[in-house]
Amino acid sequence: MAAPKKGRSHGAQSRPGRTLAFILIAMVALTGGMFLSGHTTPRLGIDLAGGTSITLKAKSEPGQKNAVNQTNMNTAVSIIERRVNGLGVTESEVQTQGSDNIIVNIPKGTNEAQAREQVGTTAQLYFRPVITVAAGAPTPEPSASPSGSGNGKATDKATDKATDGGKGKASSTPTPTPTASATSQGRAVTDALKADTSPTPSASASASGKPTPSASPTPDAATAALQKKFTDLDCTDKAARSQVTAGVRPEDTAVACGKNSSGQWEKYILGPAEVNGKDVDKAQATINQQTGAWVVNMDFTGGGSKKFAKITSKLSQQQPPMNQFAIVLDGDVVSAPSVSSTLSGSAEISGSFDQQSAQDLANVLSYGALPLSFQEQSVTTVTAALGGEQLHAGLIAGAIGLLLVVIYLVVYYRGLSLIALASLLVSAVLTYVIMTLLGPAIGFALNLPAVCGAIVAIGITADSFIVFFERIRDEIREGRSLRPSVERAWPRARRTILVSDFVSFLAAAVLFVVTVGKVQGFAFTLGLTTVLDVVVVFLFTKPLMTILARKKFFASGHPWSGLDPKRLGAKPPLRRTRRATGSPVGPVDTKEA
Amino acid sequence: MSKLGHLGARLIRGEVGYDFIGKRKIWYGISILITITAIVGLAVRGLNMGIEFEGGAVFTTPKTSVSAGSAERSAEAASGHDAIVQELGTGGLRIQISGVDTAKSDQIKTELAKDLNVPEAKINADLVGPSWGETIANKAWTGLIVFMILVVIYLAIAFEWRMAIAALVALIHDITITVGIYALVGFEVTTGTVIGLLTILGYSLYDTVVVFDSLKEGTKDITKQTRYTYSEIANRSINGTLVRSINTTVVALLPVAGLLFIGGGFLGAGMLNDISLSLFVGLAAGAYSSIFIATPLVADLKERDPQIKALKKRVLAKRAAAAAKGESAEAPATQGEGDDFDDDLSDDDEGAAVVGPRHQPASRNRGRGRPSGKRR
Repeated sequence: MAAPKKGRSHGAQSRPGRTLAFILIAMVALTGGMFLSGHTTPRLGIDLAGGTSITLKAKSEPGQKNAVNQTNMNTAVSIIERRVNGLGVTESEVQTQGSDNIIVNIPKGTNEAQAREQVGTTAQLYFRPVITVAAGAPTPEPSASPSGSGNGKATDKATDKATDGGKGKASSTPTPTPTASATSQGRAVTDALKADTSPTPSASASASGKPTPSASPTPDAATAALQKKFTDLDCTDKAARSQVTAGVRPEDTAVACGKNSSGQWEKYILGPAEVNGKDVDKAQATINQQTGAWVVNMDFTGGGSKKFAKITSKLSQQQPPMNQFAIVLDGDVVSAPSVSSTLSGSAEISGSFDQQSAQDLANVLSYGALPLSFQEQSVTTVTAALGGEQLHAGLIAGAIGLLLVVIYLVVYYRGLSLIALASLLVSAVLTYVIMTLLGPAIGFALNLPAVCGAIVAIGITADSFIVFFERIRDEIREGRSLRPSVERAWPRARRTILVSDFVSFLAAAVLFVVTVGKVQGFAFTLGLTTVLDVVVVFLFTKPLMTILARKKFFASGHPWSGLDPKRLGAKPPLRRTRRATGSPVGPVDTKEA
Repeated sequence: MSKLGHLGARLIRGEVGYDFIGKRKIWYGISILITITAIVGLAVRGLNMGIEFEGGAVFTTPKTSVSAGSAERSAEAASGHDAIVQELGTGGLRIQISGVDTAKSDQIKTELAKDLNVPEAKINADLVGPSWGETIANKAWTGLIVFMILVVIYLAIAFEWRMAIAALVALIHDITITVGIYALVGFEVTTGTVIGLLTILGYSLYDTVVVFDSLKEGTKDITKQTRYTYSEIANRSINGTLVRSINTTVVALLPVAGLLFIGGGFLGAGMLNDISLSLFVGLAAGAYSSIFIATPLVADLKERDPQIKALKKRVLAKRAAAAAKGESAEAPATQGEGDDFDDDLSDDDEGAAVVGPRHQPASRNRGRGRPSGKRR
């Protein structure tokens, strides 16, 4: 009865060779891709490669229920990333995990204490009077398209390689133009940071002009040094920027870089800090009812109001650009509004904000730096030596575990174990190659729990073969010859494998979604190997079994094939009795192995 | 091997077997006893929560000549808190100090480096705030509950609600046992333990699902036959998959044991050890519960179903009648049971009438493949 074949099993059964070839080619292609990509070992996690891993958890502030959201987390990540990479390391990773965690991984070789300080503390935010402003680079950057983020938080990376860093005189600077609406009390109005519609040549100002602010009388030598530093500074060079901001004390006159609204760098000489971030009570992005434009409202604390009144009364009498104060975050000028009148308790910053940039500035002002406050949850520092040792131990343990599994399989399944071992091998190669490729692709890093997951997965993978083999042996016990046994065993084994692997995968997926950090690495490996298990069993083990079932060694039930009907206890007259010998509930036999 | 192979064959055919279902009350009792012990242990002794849950610092030093005792004294002097010092297989020390905040750790690290005469850069520090463990634990609970809900839904769809419930009970049983053992033995609960515990979820169910799969297959058309009761078929399912269960568990436990004894022993306490310890305990519990708890529970629940109840009555009545006639229980297999064996086969079975018309007893004796000389 040549019944119609079922579609899904058609391929594997009728063309096992083709399926085998397919997976082998895929394997070779993946391996080739791995060598081509130049990454031949999986990227190691911080706990294996050595380094520092810091887990930060966002604290929800009272009254700010919705502060912990995706946008704020992303802002925080980019700020922290800027800070840790400002240490001169390019391989630091900052990423969100879960809804309220940020993981900072800093590879070995970094100044760990400094990194911790940079990451853990909220940024320094100061209000400094502006002394001089100049364009950061002589030529407009090729990539100087107006950037949406306004404050240059996440864009500095993109543009810093844009120019080769020629130093020289600035050709133009945006000139602040005090707006007419600056009449009502309690409002600092500016468009210095945003409007660059009327650039006026001011190169002479930066080159020769040496306006000494009355607030900070500096010795001439220091001033000259500062001036030279200012002249030499190239804001488009990332290293120069981090150098210039390093170690600047709030009470010093400082040189700093900042971006204007069109994403172009400008450099500043700034007076000593007059007001710091702690003086700001809160800041909010709102829409000005009169002009309909986005503005940022600031409220100061008691002491902050006084200080702010002092600085604004002084600044409002100055000429541009010295009527500006710069909002300096971690050494970078975030914004430099000009002041037209004395302000006290609260202030409004206006300019050509859009909602995003107003929100960003407000966040910077109210949280110091990060849009959220963070708590250090855990800090792990691992030297490369110990990480290597742990990896070593893990690998030894894995190898021994694998060896035990191999011995067990060989003893129990004899010839069949060859198929199991080949499948395990294919599975291992695929796992390794995919893990390696996932390093550069999605940033997967092999950490210790992931190694553990991979070792545990040996058991899961081996289980699929056991299910399949036991099914085949059951069929043989019922008196069938090998080839039909394989084909009959497969559909049922297939279902069992799929059902149980699904449960396993579900566990891994849930674990991956809800957990953080170390646990995720484990869950990911477990999920990956479960998927690979299905792939290998379907595309490799089954076709291989089909092919080998035609070989005399297996088909004739050689004693060493693991499929010897006699050893399996098959009995000739058993078609009718396969389910029904003896009493239905067999005699109690306590040696149930 | 061949003995086990023979045994396997006899188990499949039901010639031998352990009456798991019939003796279920004993095993329920044992499980309840274990569970109570676990709960009492948990209540009395509590869990030995690791540094992740208390907050503190763990320093791992390279090989040092300083003894654990003097290291403990210097650690306590440096921190002002109690310190636990363990020697590692590598000759280094693991110094655990609770109640240290992250700011103070740098200072302790510097002092330790001086006292132990090792370079500061070689000391690994693992610092955790007290809320970190709580976060992990909360996430673990969330994960546990989400997973349980999803798996119950899945099992209820793929199998039936009774199996879903039984699997859930078995799962809770496994977790209770594992946690209880942790409480009783006093193993430290760390993040690694939580990971291991969560993995048991998948593994325990994996095992259960394989048995259920066989049970589902065996009982597909159960109401169309009158030979066996549900419990009897369930028992055969367990026995039939027993060899597989043992093999699977052995194969799963071997690498974990490797991790636990070799990886852990080599490094002393560490994440590898923590994960593998809870996995080891949980895997063993999972294998036990799928055989002794989950399947008997399904049978128990199923026997309450009116249809199955009626079936049991019919079966018993038939047996009584057969006994009266002196007939053996070897009566031809009934149709329903035979069919389920063939129904999802692909049909290239050497052209034999595998999927013959149903209810045709002749197909039972088709003797396909014989006499082929392929078997003795």
